[in-house]
Amino acid sequence: MNSIAGTKSPLTWAVHISTVLLVLLWLFPTFGLLVSSFRTADQISTSGWWKSMFASEQNIVVRVADPDDFRVADGDGFTVSGNLFGDNTGADISVWGTSSRAIDTNTAGDTADLGDGETLTLQANGDYVWSGSDEQISGRAQRVFATAKTPPNFTLENYDQVLLSGNSTDSIAKAFFNTLTVTIPATIIPIVVAAFAAYALAWMQFPGRALLVAVIVGLLVVPLQLALIPLLKLHLGIGIGKGYLGVWLAHTGFGLPLAIYLLRNYMVGLPKDIIENARVDGATDYQIFMRIVLPLSFPALASFAIFQFLWTWNDLLVARVFLIDATGDTTVMTQQIVELLGTRGGNWEILSTAAFVSIAVPLIVFFSLQRYLVRGLLAGSVK
Amino acid sequence: MHPFTLGLITIVLGVGGCLAYFFLSNLLLDKVIFPAKAGDQGRNINRANAIRPWLFLFPAIFALGLYLGYPVFETLRLSVTDRDAGGAFVGLANYQQMMSEDKFWEALRNNLLWLIIVPAASTAFGLLAAQLTDRIAWGNIAKSIIFMPMAISFVGASVIFKLIYDTRPIEQNQIGAINALWLQFDGGIGSFTILRLLPAFLLLAFAAMIAYAIKGIIEHLRNPHNQDVLMMKLLRIAGGAIGLWLIVKCLMSVVSIFTVNYTYGEPQTWLTIPFWNSFFLMIVLIWIQTGFAMVILSAALRGVPEETIEAAIVDGANPFEVFFKIKVPQIRGTIVVVWTTITLVVLKVFDIVFAMTNGQWGTQVLANYMIDKLFRANDWGIGSASAIVIMLLVSPILFWNVYNARQEMRDQR
Repeated sequence: MNSIAGTKSPLTWAVHISTVLLVLLWLFPTFGLLVSSFRTADQISTSGWWKSMFASEQNIVVRVADPDDFRVADGDGFTVSGNLFGDNTGADISVWGTSSRAIDTNTAGDTADLGDGETLTLQANGDYVWSGSDEQISGRAQRVFATAKTPPNFTLENYDQVLLSGNSTDSIAKAFFNTLTVTIPATIIPIVVAAFAAYALAWMQFPGRALLVAVIVGLLVVPLQLALIPLLKLHLGIGIGKGYLGVWLAHTGFGLPLAIYLLRNYMVGLPKDIIENARVDGATDYQIFMRIVLPLSFPALASFAIFQFLWTWNDLLVARVFLIDATGDTTVMTQQIVELLGTRGGNWEILSTAAFVSIAVPLIVFFSLQRYLVRGLLAGSVK
Repeated sequence: MHPFTLGLITIVLGVGGCLAYFFLSNLLLDKVIFPAKAGDQGRNINRANAIRPWLFLFPAIFALGLYLGYPVFETLRLSVTDRDAGGAFVGLANYQQMMSEDKFWEALRNNLLWLIIVPAASTAFGLLAAQLTDRIAWGNIAKSIIFMPMAISFVGASVIFKLIYDTRPIEQNQIGAINALWLQFDGGIGSFTILRLLPAFLLLAFAAMIAYAIKGIIEHLRNPHNQDVLMMKLLRIAGGAIGLWLIVKCLMSVVSIFTVNYTYGEPQTWLTIPFWNSFFLMIVLIWIQTGFAMVILSAALRGVPEETIEAAIVDGANPFEVFFKIKVPQIRGTIVVVWTTITLVVLKVFDIVFAMTNGQWGTQVLANYMIDKLFRANDWGIGSASAIVIMLLVSPILFWNVYNARQEMRDQR
């Protein structure tokens, strides 16, 4: 199409630029979350994440090294020397002070007089010398308040906290496995049930077939909300209660219309000859289905599996209604993130990391299996 | 037992059970009930083949009936009963009580706003993205990135956008991108262009889009070969009327955009601004759904016959004319499908509102209102009644889809 639509027109540039803008606009939000998940709480709350790629100015409070261990005799007094940032990290101090009420009284390189001959000298790179009498250089170490420009600095601490710490409010490791536990059966079981039904609707002749297809198309759009109360009542009534079994059954039921619809549309398009030849050769419907139709329908099975996986992984509503009970032992990731939003709304380092862990799995599935997803979408919609 | 092991066992039992059911029931049918023995061989095979489809369909029909069919009627029943009174019939009392709540009307109003804006914006952006990415070499990468939010949960997206909308006091650094951007505006020429001209332009474009759709509807209705049933005609007329009303609203909004006073230089708490906060929630869904629209529309655009485009270019059409007069009319059916699919998503949207505002500050929507009634107020009657309202809003699309599916089945025959 390019050749005829005029590739060389100035419009081509406009197209490139607009596409770049559109892509950046769409990437920007997720990228912000990703960057934030690698920053400390302090960094997140003092500057926007887009500034983290560059050096940022921060107010820090540090104590110098402990005089009881590190002081050295110097004439009749003692000194403690070292670097505020441990080893030199490339920070650049502009102003500093020794009390919380005056954090910017000295500039880098100054020597502050702490009274009675006690002094503290601080260089721009964080090197300090604290000197005074035996009495002064003892007990608790001197505090320093500095405004420093620090280079970009990322950390894996948040992931450690969220995944490995075992901290009951922050850790989402358990929720991660709960989500997995919900997702896998809820993805596989509807496929089997739907595949047989789809085969019958596509390749078997019986009265009422067209009506059934129409009913399934209708059920495709029935809102889930409608099913919540009666099914919860049903589950409580027959003793399933709230739990994994209930949520698997619910996801199976809710996923079936799409599964049957997608698979039927695909199976109808399989070559008629193969199936009729098999029939002539004496194969039963069960054999035709298992040996011919099912293997040939792999692309459609894969696309539905991806849909159902994404949908069950990302689901909050069904899990809240059918799974999560008062103990909260069976909480899933979406629910836990919502809870974190409530209890730790300001703790962006935990929140962004937890959110990123929860979206990482679908993103991996998405990028590795995108082909099938697109195919499934097209089969489901363009008709 | 660890739930994960339980899960694995369930998979084996579920899948194995299904396969065993299908295998054994077929066996039973062929060997025991209607054995192909001498004598009535032919008749028995025919009988078995008449029953077999139902064997294949039974688990699916059972599950669908139980999990989607039965609840529709049960919800309808619950909506006219009172849980506290032991399920006594109360007529329309639940509906009356619901109608008397301000929160319900707020939810309904917001839902209608969502229904108009999200599908329109997603489809428009999707069409734009599809057209742009189809014409360049790195289009597939661009498509992947715009499509990516589809994989992100509504809850994840809510966290992402909460960070973007975050507000800090004026004396601190803003960590939310929107506020950082907002503080750049000072009421000068740049602000005028971006905050007044651009939205006005977008609104006018939206109005033009609707006008174009109405034109299509009128042409369709006046077409003498039109074989619509009355129901379809009414649906189309109703759609046209809503469109006209929207155009009026758009033009009124354009006027207000030029007269409103912006408070420059103050960080805003975006999610608490009355009325407009709903729009900030909608952006989340638009961000997610645009990729979907793009994928479908891009496939449809590629399906447009090359000859029609070539003919238009030979006749001297410029790229815009090719797009709007040749391509868009040919993919109109697909646009409708995309629009209705996104409409369905919007009607069920719950997670975004729940996670971001939980319906506070005037952002309630029906799905969240229902969950609120269900869990917080513990009122199954009103909860059911609001679910029925959602169902009523969905039903035109349901009829439309079934109508199209039936027509298609007829064509296949």
